[in-house]
Amino acid sequence: MSEPADEAKLVRATVLVRPKQGILDPQGQAVQASLEKLGFSVEAVRIGRVIDLEVEARSGEDARKQLELMCDSLLANPLIESFEVQLGET
Amino acid sequence: MSDRPLVAVIQFPGSNDDRDAAWSLGALGAEVVTVWHGAFELPEETGAVVLPGGFSYGDYLRSGAIASQALVMPAVRRFAAVGGPVLGICNGFQILCEARMLPGVLRPNHQLEFVCRDVSLCVESTESLFMRRCEIGQELVIPVKHGEGAWYADEGLFVQLAARGQIVMRYTEDVNGSLGNVAAVVNETGNVMGLMPHPEHAVDSLLGSADGGLLLAALVDAAADRTLDLDRDVVGDVT
Repeated sequence: MSEPADEAKLVRATVLVRPKQGILDPQGQAVQASLEKLGFSVEAVRIGRVIDLEVEARSGEDARKQLELMCDSLLANPLIESFEVQLGET
Repeated sequence: MSDRPLVAVIQFPGSNDDRDAAWSLGALGAEVVTVWHGAFELPEETGAVVLPGGFSYGDYLRSGAIASQALVMPAVRRFAAVGGPVLGICNGFQILCEARMLPGVLRPNHQLEFVCRDVSLCVESTESLFMRRCEIGQELVIPVKHGEGAWYADEGLFVQLAARGQIVMRYTEDVNGSLGNVAAVVNETGNVMGLMPHPEHAVDSLLGSADGGLLLAALVDAAADRTLDLDRDVVGDVT
């Protein structure tokens, strides 16, 4: 479906930021130990961050580009974190 | 103009060691000016910049992440780009890493506890201007107080930094889970350094140690050299 090129609209998005694989996550380990104390059998816990945003964008593609730029420049630190952009309804 | 070299201490919302840094640098012979994070320029005569410890922006997102985008940071970056000495202490170190002016990143301590005590450090490299008053292998006692001081870089980068002498100081024991017990790193050109320990809290033996004074005095030396250079440039322009 084609979209009007220049009209900016509000796009809802969710950014998931996770500790990269292989990066020690002491917070996750502490939570895992705590869950085990409660009697749960848990193999692994990794703790990341959920960021819900509403961004002005001309298209879904434009929104995704902007969000990826936001992740690279501020929302995630590429040395230790990976991110995933999920676009919601427009 | 004072004949003391001018050191600018940047104040972010949530900085809390700015005054101690200013006091210590003053005691070591510097003229100190505090610069608000919203400033676009540093004072013209600035000979060195210090990013102090604290909890800028409440450590929101990641410690140092928001401050790394502060309005004053482009001016700090320009100052560093022309060789100006920049020292980041604790939160200042986190800010410089987040600003990608220093390699690596500071992560939560592996024991998930705030550490607040004197630690001993081993000097690994003396090539940078910050270490001119120290010797390789020298042991320094300086306090730390942080919850997010575990320095991390991937293995390739770490090996590279060690080979280039950019690992400046290591803890002599595991303090916070820092990779290779790294406590201080310097940039490739040797004029931007970050460290987790607080040299401004160790400038008088009455308070336990004066070892931090070695680092800050070297910064004041560098600021004085820089001020002289600037004076010379001005004279050069006139003649």
